[in-house]
Amino acid sequence: MNFDFSDDQKMLKDQARKFLEDKCSYDDVRTVLESDASHHDEVWQGLCDLGFTGAAIPEQYGGVGLGALELCVVAEELGRCAAPVPFSSSIYMAAEALKIGGSETLKQTWLPKLASGEIIGTLAAAEGPAAPSPRNIKTTFANGKLNGRKLPVPDGETASVAIVLANTGGTGEQAVSLVVVDLTQDGVTRSSVETIDPTRGHAEINFDNADASLLGVSGEGWALMKRVEAGAAVLVAFEQVGGTEAALNMAKDYSLDRYAFGRQIGSYQAIKHKLADMYVKLELARSNAYYGAMVLAQEGADLELAAASARISATEAYRFAAQECIQVHGGIGFTWEANPQFHYRRSKLLALSLGSASRWKNRLVSELEKSNVA
Amino acid sequence: MDFNDTPEEAKFRSEVREWLSANARQRDTSNAKAGVSTKSEAERLVRAKEWQAKKAEAGYAAITWPTEYGGLGGTSIQSVIYSQEEANYDVPRGFFEIGLGMCIPTMMKWATPEQNERFVKPALFGEEVWCQLFSEPAAGSDVAGLRTKCERDGDDWIINGQKVWTSGAHFCDYGIIVTRSDPTVPKHKGLTFFFLDMKTPGIEIRPIKQISGGSGFNEVFFNDVRVPDSQRLGDVGEGWKVSLTTLMNERLAIGGGSGVDYEELLKLARETELEEGPAIKDSNVREKLADWYVQSQGLKYTKFRTLTALSKGQVPGAESSIGKIVSGPKMQDLGSFAMDIQGQGGILQDGDESPMGAAFQNQWLGAAGYRIAGGTDEILRNIVSEQVLGLPQDIRVDKNVPFNELASSGKK
Ligand SMILES: Cc1cc2nc3c(=O)[nH]c(=O)nc-3n(C[C@H](O)[C@H](O)[C@H](O)COP(=O)(O)OP(=O)(O)OC[C@H]3O[C@@H](n4cnc5c(N)ncnc54)[C@H](O)[C@@H]3O)c2cc1C
Repeated sequence: MNFDFSDDQKMLKDQARKFLEDKCSYDDVRTVLESDASHHDEVWQGLCDLGFTGAAIPEQYGGVGLGALELCVVAEELGRCAAPVPFSSSIYMAAEALKIGGSETLKQTWLPKLASGEIIGTLAAAEGPAAPSPRNIKTTFANGKLNGRKLPVPDGETASVAIVLANTGGTGEQAVSLVVVDLTQDGVTRSSVETIDPTRGHAEINFDNADASLLGVSGEGWALMKRVEAGAAVLVAFEQVGGTEAALNMAKDYSLDRYAFGRQIGSYQAIKHKLADMYVKLELARSNAYYGAMVLAQEGADLELAAASARISATEAYRFAAQECIQVHGGIGFTWEANPQFHYRRSKLLALSLGSASRWKNRLVSELEKSNVA
Repeated sequence: MDFNDTPEEAKFRSEVREWLSANARQRDTSNAKAGVSTKSEAERLVRAKEWQAKKAEAGYAAITWPTEYGGLGGTSIQSVIYSQEEANYDVPRGFFEIGLGMCIPTMMKWATPEQNERFVKPALFGEEVWCQLFSEPAAGSDVAGLRTKCERDGDDWIINGQKVWTSGAHFCDYGIIVTRSDPTVPKHKGLTFFFLDMKTPGIEIRPIKQISGGSGFNEVFFNDVRVPDSQRLGDVGEGWKVSLTTLMNERLAIGGGSGVDYEELLKLARETELEEGPAIKDSNVREKLADWYVQSQGLKYTKFRTLTALSKGQVPGAESSIGKIVSGPKMQDLGSFAMDIQGQGGILQDGDESPMGAAFQNQWLGAAGYRIAGGTDEILRNIVSEQVLGLPQDIRVDKNVPFNELASSGKK
């Protein structure tokens, strides 16, 4: 039994943490909240220079050639400080999709630039306020041309390349494919959109006969997308675990500082038990995330189940910790100037970024039904 | 990161497997975990004692105990490996957890070598069963507020008072008891601890019927019960310190719950028709199923993380409290929800009519007690917030007040 990260992985984690503590305080996150910037460029460049973006990209494509576990420890630290950077879009989504489904040419073209951080990548699936599915995707890809509208696209304003979910004319789940599109061309127009978490830029993108090429096989986009989402769900779960721990600690510290009725508010059971519940949810989420990481790293057959568990558990933990962190702070917690808002916003962003908890619960049970035919 | 056994662990596992397959019957998995024994408690106790003796003979009854006490001198990991393997077999459970998990470890720490020579092995081999006489009508969570008195009489002590909720007292041979020797000092300071023979004259045991219908626990009355001073554990007035040994072990002994879980709920959801079609297609059913699956997995892998820490020589702390905080409400809610799926028929608690021998109904009733026994949900949250998170202790109005001047139920 060795259900833990290795010493090397823990060192990497420490390195990420030290860098982020230094460069990515809540004040730094706030600069993005209060400006038009899509992300914090200095923090992003620093992460790229440290090699974190290329951690899980093979050396032949310009990466460091480590694996999923290394990405997981970095993800936890990114989540802890609610880092305002395009890491998840560029790495968990775009780079991973290319690694899994890309032809040699596509990999050679894009992975080295994503690994070094020279460019940012993203994945565009949603088309407005409804969960994307093979039944409702209106963006089309035919004869090498992409047409349609995607909204919201994470880091859509700054990304140079996008993986896009598009209708390619098949039926049922075969209706959709993933395509790769260069966002710097003429047929692409984009504008930023307002979201609940301005520390992570999102955009609307319109494609008007944009040149694109297939990622993987036509008509297999949905299956590929689900595989990419499963890997990303594990990585995002680590961000959520980091965020949960930060929100718990923020609430705990405040509860020890703040006095009411002659006592620290942290001495009241209503507060103590709330914090205990945050801790319990955090521990369950961490354990489920570890299992997800192990299966992802070993490319195990039950990735879908493990990823769904990690995601559901971590989404719930972060939801609870972030919202109750505000509650523990009282009035100050509701102000723009205080920091609990960063986790409140981020927790909901991450809860929806790969589809809601209900969707993942449904996916999980579908897997259980397959694996446990009584 | 992996779940692989080390070569030594793998060797131990295969020895255990070999021994179990030679000595026990494999669990019938098609019958789920729900298999409820229809035998009487007395019959089950006889079977449990036989099995315990066999297991102790092989060294598996107390893997982490030192060999001089009949243990295997093994590691916590080995102990877990054994439990994992034993879970696949249909063997008697219950009866010895309190004795071997809490009472005997207290004896091993506080009794004389001669006493341990006399008592440890018979307990280990299932010949003598032990109970824990702590809770009283006026002292449960606040067990240090207990009132049962002990008074010195020459070389003996005379015990008077009442214990309650004593699991197994009716079939137990020995018990550990904490009593008040001095009511004029603050509550934690005036306690004295003993072990005693449950057949001692003056002890009267009356079973209490639980809401689940069974009578696993009892009231135990003490009328001038004479106990020799040699059966005192720890110094006079130091009984709280001894109690802590027991309570620390309680946390380790209790851990996660058992019973029907997501697998059984999945089976039920597949087999039950709702108005709109099979229950398994109902999105509410699916969400709940997913939630409980995720909680079960979370607990399982939390245990694996603890084991990993153990194998690296780290000591687990109060984290293990989370097992009970999560599994108590989960058992209760899952039982309740499974009954909802059965519609009005869910009220049936009928071994023949109700799915899986009424396991969900039984669990719904039983879980209400699981959330109270061995530290309530609320007390466990206090433990986590104080011992893990470092939050302030509750304000204690009784801290420096002599016990006999305290406010208590019925005396304000
Ligand atoms: C099935 C079962 C088996 C048992 N077996 C044994 C046994 O073998 N030996 C033995 O000695 N005892 C045994 N017990 C007793 C058990 O330890 C007590 O019931 C338990 O500690 C709670 O004490 P109480 O019943 O007096 O409830 P109380 O302590 O009166 O609690 C009542 C309510 O008040 C809450 N409460 C109490 N104090 C606080 C606080 N400080 N903060 C917040 N809330 C608080 C509790 O959480 C609970 O909700 C058993 C109980 C059960 C249900």
